[in-house]
Order: sequence, then structure tokens, then C-alpha cells
Amino acid sequence: MGKRVGMEVSLAAAEAVKQAKVDVISAYPITPQTHIVEHLSEIVANGEMDAEFFCVESEHSALSVCLGSEATGARSFTCTSSQGLVLMSEITYIASALRLPIVMILANRALSAPISIWNDHSDVMSIRDCGWIQFFAENGQDVYDHVFCAYRLAEDKRVLLPVIINLDGFTLSHVIEPIEFIEQEKIDQFLPPYQPVHRLHPDRPVSMGGIALPPIFTETKKAHEVAIRSSMSKILDTWKAFGEMTGRYYYPIETYKTEDAETIMVIMGSYGETASVAVDLMREEGRSVGLAKIRLWRPFPFEDFKKATLHAKQLVVIDRAISMGGPGGPVASEVKAALYGEPMHPAVYNYAAGLGGRDVSPADFIKMVDKAEIEIEEGNREGFEIYGVRE
Amino acid sequence: MTENLNVYAVRTLTQKEYFAPGHRACQGCAEALALRLVCKALGRNIVVASATGCMEVVSTPIPFTAWRVPWFHVAFENAAAVASGIESGLKVLMRKGRIPRKKIVTIAMAGDGGTADIGLQALSGALERGHNFTYICTDNEAYMNTGIQRSSSTPFGASTTTSPVGKVQMGQITWKKNMPAIAAAHNIPYVATACPSYPIDLVQKVKKAADIEGPAYVHILSVCPTGWRSAPELSIKLGRLAVETGVFPLYEVERGQYRLNMDFPKLKPIKEYIKFQGRFRHLTDGMIEEIEKRVHQEYEQLKEKAKKGV
Amino acid sequence: MTKPDSEWTWRELSEGTVMLEPGNADQYRTGDWKTLKPVLNKELCIHCGLCYIFCPDSSYNLNEEGYFIVDLFYCKGCGICGKECPTGAITMVVETEEK
Repeated sequence: MGKRVGMEVSLAAAEAVKQAKVDVISAYPITPQTHIVEHLSEIVANGEMDAEFFCVESEHSALSVCLGSEATGARSFTCTSSQGLVLMSEITYIASALRLPIVMILANRALSAPISIWNDHSDVMSIRDCGWIQFFAENGQDVYDHVFCAYRLAEDKRVLLPVIINLDGFTLSHVIEPIEFIEQEKIDQFLPPYQPVHRLHPDRPVSMGGIALPPIFTETKKAHEVAIRSSMSKILDTWKAFGEMTGRYYYPIETYKTEDAETIMVIMGSYGETASVAVDLMREEGRSVGLAKIRLWRPFPFEDFKKATLHAKQLVVIDRAISMGGPGGPVASEVKAALYGEPMHPAVYNYAAGLGGRDVSPADFIKMVDKAEIEIEEGNREGFEIYGVRE
Repeated sequence: MTENLNVYAVRTLTQKEYFAPGHRACQGCAEALALRLVCKALGRNIVVASATGCMEVVSTPIPFTAWRVPWFHVAFENAAAVASGIESGLKVLMRKGRIPRKKIVTIAMAGDGGTADIGLQALSGALERGHNFTYICTDNEAYMNTGIQRSSSTPFGASTTTSPVGKVQMGQITWKKNMPAIAAAHNIPYVATACPSYPIDLVQKVKKAADIEGPAYVHILSVCPTGWRSAPELSIKLGRLAVETGVFPLYEVERGQYRLNMDFPKLKPIKEYIKFQGRFRHLTDGMIEEIEKRVHQEYEQLKEKAKKGV
Repeated sequence: MTKPDSEWTWRELSEGTVMLEPGNADQYRTGDWKTLKPVLNKELCIHCGLCYIFCPDSSYNLNEEGYFIVDLFYCKGCGICGKECPTGAITMVVETEEK
């Protein structure tokens, strides 16, 4: 059993990066991820970690630096939020297509305009299709644990894909939570040094990033698509190995009181904990409600999701972002895609809630479920609304 | 004809070609020649981070690569940032003993668009951070790969597809951005201008840049027959004329001290240089005079700086 | 020999489509591009090597006799060598049908 410490989640994330023996860290400040890079700079300045840490002049360069260093075989890390993510988004597509196993922590924050420093998922939703493996953390322990899982998974020769760990900005990044630290020897065994398949070194010159003409481009996309789809089994293996080491097991979909539930809420990120309080309150009233938490966002766990929710009468999907001009929220869109092929499937009612950091309490979840159940009863089987907007 | 002993010094260069033939550059492309010479200067122990541009596209059409050294292309504006990552990665891997200690030079390569325009931010950041790398800008004076659009490096008056000759405007209306000065303003140990028409000078400067500890910047004028609308066989002659007319002086800035590598008692008239280039064919005598005046003015300023430096 | 791009299956691509054969561009016959080709008059050649150093396509190679000889497989016929040769030893002539 490792040490259990009360620590701000951002700082715990930085400690995890230290314990993961990352080689290169490129940093750029943006609220609310800044505490992570600040603490990393202190760690390096104190000599607690041997890494190249430097501040770059923009997030676009932050990720570009990571591609350069990762390509030489150095384990690389950066973190960002919101505007920084969309600025570097050009490079995210390149990183995954070039199969460079970078790990990035994203402190989710709303996208401008208007500018907001507070939490929602609009930033990460802008790079849904970029080809990275994407996790959502629910609490501080998750974040800490996933740094190790992410590097081990990413650097697996059969995966070689970059990984994003999403944590809700402020709501999760800035709270103090109990974190159980893992002994360094255990981490070193779980996460050996990075052995690249291809690296930039004069002893074996390779060219990375050439131009693909139409006759070959499709094949490169197929290769990438297969890689991310087949990474699912390695993700499960990594979590299994991690669970064996620590006793903490993670799953693509984590359920709370869903087995007999008629109504299941679907949520991603730290709202899961608040929603589970709401589930308990509703259960006390005798309502048949449960909660399905999506931990693995990409590759989307279609089978696990169906297994967890197909039996329900209705799903209440609570999105933290809006797909403007589209089908409502992006999570609901994936959920509906997951259910589409099934002859019988639950109705799906979709909310976009907690936009730009607006608080969502257990009472709000209850109100959302109440309204959804009524709407579906009245025949509105796939509604969408923004929760709590003042008309 | 004056004896140019440099002519015979060609044999002193390595015969190895680290930039292979079979690349798809146009006939007479002096930028490809610049890369070939840069590779001769540097040898095999380098890693190259390239920006999107002519050289990236012509050298690596999958599955063929002209590079016999490690090479990495990411995007258009981040050659300097990728190079920063490569330099740091190699540094830390050697420090931690994960790869053997060996001198490996990190090189960033970009065109004028990828340096003076979209790549300026990343370049400035990398220079300020003091990474030990060499930045090579091959300047063909426009966005050539996308079909000859103007960049901030396009000379005044030049016709490009986005600074065309029309009834109201006649070509590029701004003066060429002084990238070597911008690089020098970052107080880096070494800045130089070079031209493939002076191959020994180019090779010496690139070698010096690579050997120096810290960031170095080399700006190489690359004649582009396609974009400049000149005959392909004139690419070397035009580079020479650019230097001899004072349009592109060859100089170095070593720790802030300017040194003019080639001075001429009298600069050749600009007309000698312009007359071979279709991109300038619309220039009026008035515009040519204006250009010449400014070229001479800047040349004198450069000579002043060099004088102070000695 | 590297296959042309249209013949690769997705399974054959390396991770990230990294190109593992350095310099394999040298399999591509850019010599097909030319209209003019350089012809050397050995009697005028002073072995200075300018043709070799100024060729953007590295088409010149030093032979045992000390002459730089053009490799027509790569030569694009740009004419730089003909223009820069200080003694006029190189003339550009129109290329006729390949034998």
C-alpha cells in the first residue's frame, strides 16, 4: 500500500509525470491546467526529476516539440486546455497519424467565444476524430493512475498511439483529493523505459512525414483506423495489469446501480460522482435509476456501452458540450450511433448541462431525469435541450 | 576574367551525397542545390526537421525519400519547434545513457514562407530558448510550392499570383523582410547569409553554424526559375548577380559583430540582375531606380555595421 | 526495388508510414524530364568540378580518368553545367530518342 496524501489534483498529476520518468516536457500556461506545468517546473528545478523542461512560445509549439522529442525516442508530455488545445489541434492529427505515443493531460475548459476559463467539454469535442486514445477521469486518483496506464498503453508496440487524459478544469484540477501514491519500484516495473520502433537517429536514417498522393493515402488512413480500433484489447490489458498491481480496476464503461434500472443517466468526467449522489437520492424515493459513466471516449466502447444500457427503457445523456447545428450533444450522438443497429433500444433524451462551468448539483440531475422521463412518456423519444438556460 | 581559386576548392568537398538524386525538384532548382550543399557541409550525423514546402514535397513522395539522413516533417509553421524537440530529446537520451553520446547536429529547414511568415513565432521561440541547433532558411522569395504566391520575403515589385501586375498595382508593394536581422536581434551566436552560387562559402558557413554551441541561423538565397520566370540554366548566374548587385549581400553576424564576406568596389547595376527575370519584366525605370537606391542604401548600412565590428 | 505507391497494401505500411529506405528516391528516373542533355568536350575540360558542384540533381560523378561525367538517368537538362563551365567544354544539345 502506498502513501495516501491529500493533494490538489493538478499537483498529483505532475507528481505522476515525475514518477513516470518522462524525458521531455514542453509547457505553456493556460488556465486551468497551469498548476500542472508550474509544479513540474518546480520538480525539475529542485532536481527531483531528470527531464528537459522548457516553456515554449505557444501551445502549437508545445505539441510540436513533443513530436520532435518523441520521434527521437524520448518519452514526452505536455498539457493544455481549451484555446490551447484548438491551437494545437492541427498537430494532434499529425501526432496520431505518425504514431507517436505522446501523453497529454487536458484540463477541460470551455471554448471561446465568449471567453471562459471554466469547465466544460467543448475543447476536447473539437478533436473527437483526431485519432488519439481518449480517457475521461472522474477523480484525482484516476488522473494520477492514468498517467502510468497511458504511457504503458501508448508505447506498446502494437498500439503506438498518443493518449489524452481529460480532467475537468477547476472542478477536478483544482480540488484537493486523497491520492494514494504508488511506490516507484512498482511503477518502474509497470512502465519500463520507452523503446521506439522507429526513431530519428543517424545510425538508421528514416524519413517521417512524407507526402502521400491519392494512390496511397487511403491505405495510410486504414492503417491508423485499424490501429485505434484494435487498441481496445490493449487498453483492457493495461487496465487489468494496473488493477493487479494496485487493486484499482478501470473499465471502458463504469456502471452504478444500472443492473435493474429503467432510466440510466450517461455522463463523462467528474460529474459522474455528483450524478451518483443523485442516483442514490432517487433510489431512496424508489425510482429505478442508474448511472453509466463513459471512461473510454476513444476508441468508443460500443459493445460495453450496449451491454450496460440496452436493457433500460430510457437513457438520459448529459453532455458537457453542444454540437452546434448538429444532433445536440456529441456524447448523445455517439450513444445513438451505438444503439442504432439494435432492434430494440432505449429512448435517448439529451441535455447539455454545466456549460462554461455552471454548477450542476444532485438536485439538478434529479430535475433532468424528471423532465426526461415525462418527455419520453409524452412521445418525445429523442429530445435535446440545454439544461437550466434562462429563457 | 579574374582568377577565382574557389573554383578548384570544389574538390575539397566530400563526394558523398546525403541528398539523393531522383528528387522531384524543377530543372535548375537552386533550392535543391542549396540542400545538396548543406548536406555536404553537415555529413551524416544530423537530424533534420523540415517545414512543409517545396523541398519537403519534392524530396519525400511516399514511398520515396531523397534523404540519406534522418528526416522529420510535421507541419508548415513549426520546423523550429520540432527541431527544439529533437534537440532536447537527443540531449536527454544521451544524458540518461539511453543512447550513446555522440555529436548529432539538429537542423531545422524551412522556406521563406515557413520562416518569415507562418514560421516566425516558432523560430523566435527556439532562438530565444537557446537550443543548440542550426536553422536553415532556403529563400526562393515566395510561396513557390503552392504556385508562386507572395511572402514577406518577396522583393519589392516582384510579380506573384497574389501580388500580380494589374492596372492599379504593379507587383509586390512591400519591401523584403530582413530575416537575418530579425535572427540577429535575438542575440544568437551566429547568423549568416549564403548562396549556392558561392558553394564553398555556403559550405563553410553551414559547417560553422553547426559547430557553434547554441542557435545559428543561415539564410540561403535560392533562385527559382519557375517562380522567378528565369531560364533554368541561369540559376547560378542569377545568384551571383544577386550578390554582385548588392541585392543579397553575403555576410555573417558572429556574436553581434557584422562581417561582410564579399565587398565590391562598385555594385553592378540592378538592371543586370532584373533583366533575366520575368517576375520583374513590368518594372518601370522609376521603380528600378527606387529599388536600386534602397539596395545601395542598405548595402552602405551593412558596410557601416561591418566596419564597426572589426 | 521500392514498389510505386499504387501497389502498397495497408498492411505493408510501417507504423506512421515511416520511410525506411534512405535515399531510395535514387530509383526514380528524373532523366526522362529532359529536352536538352549536356555533352562534354574532354579536350576543353580543366577538371574544375563546377559542373559537378552546381548540379541540383547530383548527376555528375568523377570517373577514374578524373573527368566529371553526367549520369543521364537523373539529369533533367537544366543547362546549369553548360552555362557555368568556365571553358565552354559542355554544350547542351537536344536529346534524341533513347536507344
